[in-house]
Amino acid sequence: MLDRHLRLSGLEPFVLTPDIPFVNIGERTNVTGSARFRKLITNRDYAAALEVARDQVENGAQIIDINMDEGLIDSKAAMVEFLNLLAAEPDIARVPVMIDSSKWEVIEAGLQCVQGKPVVNSISMKEGEEQFRQQARLCLAYGAAVVVMAFDEQGQADTCARKIEICARAYKILTEEVGFPPEDIIFDPNIFAVATGIEEHNNYGVDFIEATRWIRRNLPHAHVSGGVSNLSFSFRGNEPVREAMHAVFLYHAIQAGMDMGIVNAGQLAVYDQIDADLREACEDVVLNRRSDATERLLDIAERFKGEGGAKAREKDLSWREWSVEKRLEHALVNGITEYIEADTEEARQQAERPLHVIEGPLMAGMNVVGDLFGAGKMFLPQVVKSARVMKQAVAVLLPHMEAEKAANGGGGERQAAGKILMATVKGDVHDIGKNIVGVVLACNNYEVIDLGVMVPAQKILEVAREQNVDVIGLSGLITPSLDEMVHVASEMEREGFQVPLLIGGATTSKIHTAVKIAPRYHQGPAVYVTDASRAVGVVSSLLSPSQQADYVDAIRAEYLDVAERHERAEAAKQRLPLAAARANALKVDWSAYRATAPQFTGTRIIDDWDLADIARYIDWTPFFQTWELKGVYPRILEDEKQGEAARALFAEAKEMLARIIEGRWFNPRAVVGFWPANAVGDDIRLFTGEDRQQPLATLHTLRQQVTKRGDRPNVALSDFVAPEGRPDYVGGFVVTAGPEESEIAARYERANDDYAAIMVKALADRIAEAMAEMLHERVRKELWGYGADETFTPQDLIGEPYKGIRPAPGYPAQPDHTEKLTLFRLLDAENATGVRLTESMAMWPGSSVSGLYIGHPDSYYFGVAKIEEDQARDYAARKGMDLAEVERWLAPILNYTPRKKDEAA
Amino acid sequence: MTGRLPQSPAFAALDRAAAERILILDGAMGTQIQQLRLGEDDYTGRGSGHVCRHHSDHPQQGNNDLLVLTQPQAVEEIHYRYAMAGADIVETNTFSATTIAQADYGMQDAVHDLNVEGARIVRRALDRATAQDGRPRFVAGAIGPTNRTASISPDVNNPGYRAVTFDDLRVAYLQQARGLIEGGADILLIETIFDTLNAKAAIFACIQAMEAHGQALPLMISGTITDASGRTLSGQTPTAFWHSVRHARPWSVGLNCALGASAMRPHLAELAGVAETNICAYPNAGLPNAFGQYDEGPQDTAVQVAEFAREGLVNVVGGCCGTTPDHIRAIAEAVAQFTPRKVPEYA
Repeated sequence: MLDRHLRLSGLEPFVLTPDIPFVNIGERTNVTGSARFRKLITNRDYAAALEVARDQVENGAQIIDINMDEGLIDSKAAMVEFLNLLAAEPDIARVPVMIDSSKWEVIEAGLQCVQGKPVVNSISMKEGEEQFRQQARLCLAYGAAVVVMAFDEQGQADTCARKIEICARAYKILTEEVGFPPEDIIFDPNIFAVATGIEEHNNYGVDFIEATRWIRRNLPHAHVSGGVSNLSFSFRGNEPVREAMHAVFLYHAIQAGMDMGIVNAGQLAVYDQIDADLREACEDVVLNRRSDATERLLDIAERFKGEGGAKAREKDLSWREWSVEKRLEHALVNGITEYIEADTEEARQQAERPLHVIEGPLMAGMNVVGDLFGAGKMFLPQVVKSARVMKQAVAVLLPHMEAEKAANGGGGERQAAGKILMATVKGDVHDIGKNIVGVVLACNNYEVIDLGVMVPAQKILEVAREQNVDVIGLSGLITPSLDEMVHVASEMEREGFQVPLLIGGATTSKIHTAVKIAPRYHQGPAVYVTDASRAVGVVSSLLSPSQQADYVDAIRAEYLDVAERHERAEAAKQRLPLAAARANALKVDWSAYRATAPQFTGTRIIDDWDLADIARYIDWTPFFQTWELKGVYPRILEDEKQGEAARALFAEAKEMLARIIEGRWFNPRAVVGFWPANAVGDDIRLFTGEDRQQPLATLHTLRQQVTKRGDRPNVALSDFVAPEGRPDYVGGFVVTAGPEESEIAARYERANDDYAAIMVKALADRIAEAMAEMLHERVRKELWGYGADETFTPQDLIGEPYKGIRPAPGYPAQPDHTEKLTLFRLLDAENATGVRLTESMAMWPGSSVSGLYIGHPDSYYFGVAKIEEDQARDYAARKGMDLAEVERWLAPILNYTPRKKDEAA
Repeated sequence: MTGRLPQSPAFAALDRAAAERILILDGAMGTQIQQLRLGEDDYTGRGSGHVCRHHSDHPQQGNNDLLVLTQPQAVEEIHYRYAMAGADIVETNTFSATTIAQADYGMQDAVHDLNVEGARIVRRALDRATAQDGRPRFVAGAIGPTNRTASISPDVNNPGYRAVTFDDLRVAYLQQARGLIEGGADILLIETIFDTLNAKAAIFACIQAMEAHGQALPLMISGTITDASGRTLSGQTPTAFWHSVRHARPWSVGLNCALGASAMRPHLAELAGVAETNICAYPNAGLPNAFGQYDEGPQDTAVQVAEFAREGLVNVVGGCCGTTPDHIRAIAEAVAQFTPRKVPEYA
């Protein structure tokens, strides 16, 4: 007789028998769970990544969870590469793997790489029963066990009843319809945070435990798993209490039948060894035994706090007893502004001169900050807060220094490490990144002259000469800024500058700097700076008399090499002639397509925005990226390295967001339009009316020219629109959070609070993006209406599961920024929303988003990538523009060097 | 999966026969073909036999699967001799009839015909045999491992590299499985598995082929333990291998090739202890000698295989490399006195 046990395998078998009470799944090979592993994968250091897996197996992991879900990683490729390499390591491959991803395509790619029997983590009824069935059938055909999340079309199950209802429904479908072996089903009934202060959350622990008990009794042979760390989310920073809560929870959950889980084994207290009071308080909370359980645990928690995080120290006021120097350092490191003015004043009275306070304790404190930042022990948001403290301290000293200067007739000026001019180039309004770099440099005793945004080359050079700066830093986000930077570099060369030129911003790159900028500026070094954390290292090397020469030589050699390699790689890439690319266009079966007619044609202003509603649509992951915290929200909050910084940042962002909503700081506006449209070659023609007799405007699109493998098409946006003779439509939109953002940020800057200034801008950007997402949804469901039956939650929308796209001019699918002119004219966008286009086609205010709407279900986002001269000529003719002008706007994507008039001379 | 599809009549017939006695699978094809001493012209059918309508610039000598098209009578005769020697299940001559394996001969275009004809020939041979003695017999469509590995890199300096992907294999196997079903195979037999990932691709393809056919066919799965390590070439233990293929709910699982019967015994015993389905074993006639020939005579092999039966380890037995109709006859006689293994059921 056989028992129905979960039977998995790597090179060796694993059977979950009753004598194994609990399987602890290793999660150190999970990029969302381990910062170290994520870094190794991002850097493609697979050898070291394999060591992480090996350690885990050597330390007894029975199953290893592999997750590559990270915005900056090609998750599918990384999953395949890692699993293939792992297969060659018999001492790792002996255990089964858990293929963990929120993306089905990543899971499926992983399933195709393992010869053993793996576990898929996870599938659910989130997208409905049909997709669930389909994915379950595939898991079965690939030979995998599955984790099934208690998640359905309505969302994640929170109550016991919902958990049971969903798990029972899933079980019935799996066993009765799909034929899935019941022993291969592992339910994850969702562990949520308890003791959050919100009454509805109090029973979450009980809900999980009771649902577990029900599942194990009523769904024969199925298993129960869960991620335990969520439970104690509200006690983050207090590890002893979290460990106790986890231990208590597991104790009861395992008794109820939970037999697998992702638990950080190093952070688990032993149930019996927990202090009796703490254990009782935890049990009260986990089992929801009394209405004041949360308050009682909060009270008792203080006693067990131990060496907690920054939050803990903030409340602990014992540091106020320390010497004034140590207090200043403490305030700087922990970003505490509360006492800084009094402490600075106290230090000033003790010091011989006010300058000595800066050069002494304040700089010493900032050096500690710099060291911690360099060692990865502090994160950018914390450093920016340190800078806020520093600025406020300096503000206290400044009047005294002025007075001293007046008294002895000059002199006594503070000796900065160097003077750095920073500017966002002409035509560009984006400055969050530049401001962060400025703050970090200022923290490190550099004097920063910030010229703001949309700064013309002449102004930059003028101020640089006047102020005798040591370094010039340029920033920009949109692609035309790349050319403007080249222009600034040429002007610096022409005017005989020799100071280092730093290049940074989202579209800049080492390759662009090496290929396009450095060759225009021979007299001084042009250096690309990856992110704010690198700025100090780069600047100090560039300005250090001892390192300077070697550093510059090394950079030049590297860039030469980069440029040569780039040239070789480009030469090797085959591109198709335009005619051949057109012949390989995407072939949509239009006969099967009936375009839905939108509710109206022409334009409509949307001004009934509710900020609170918008906030629900915010995708937080890019917000953290702005602050150089790289990871996927919400998992970044639990990240072992960045988690604490991310949580603190998130808490403050939420707080400011609440104030923005309550105080109605922004006046969001939008305009949307739809027009009858048809593709004409590579263009999209819009008509004034449904009879399609009178053309209204033409949207020009660009076609991919890279040689495609297999049967992949060379696509242009026009391929997604029906040709003449079949009715189709195209839409357009502009949304903006409003012009208030820059005003509010300026107010914070004047108050020496750069942190808040950056925060408000970062939030304004997120609000604009959220509006675009929300409006797109309204368009699909209502205004255009082709997706009226959609039921995605705002969180789902982040994955772009819907039909149709909203490509924006200036982005990869249509790199030509000048198409915005047509869009803005069609929408009368400036009058409708107040958003203007700069001469570089950037939108002002910066927190604005525009784009087209294309509705065909086969449409998708793509990158045009490099184009050839034949297309540039054809495009210029279609647009009625000079070839030279087209080449100027499309410079970043030209696969050839345009003939230049000034170079001919 | 296939659990949702109606079962073909072969299931009931096989179960009925297997409940009564240990079933007999046929023996080696290659050994029989070697004895015909065929030359290039025989393989292409230009000398005698049928001219192959598929053209290739590669020499075809050694492309045994091609004989299905060019020497059908000779192939049918071999199948017939195995059937008359006592085989209940006879394999098609299609071990390498996939685009991947035929690429070596430039014969990818012939793959569909090879499988359809391969199954039809066995059907004809078995019908002739059944007409004589009335015993039901089954056509097993043979699906080999191909000559590439999906979970092992052929390049020692680049362990992440793969010469073939799951999907390449799935597509090739799907074509093969559809051809075999079209030609009338009763069973699909995935055999000589040295890399379980290849087998999983074959299983996936068989499921797809059965879905397209609208009916489930019994699936037999047979792994190969290559050496004394007791593992497959790709490193799995027999139990791990079973866990990896169990989702196919095969009618039988087992081992074949590579080792002689006595060296196979402990691994077979392990598999028999964990698998809740029929067990099938068809070892080589010992290990090859220095000339690549198998020395074990029919009685030598039969005695060892009978040992499996005595211990209650098997439901189906047969022979692999080096075995002949005489071996099969001897094996059939030797196991006739033993009852088949009792398939474990769930509590």
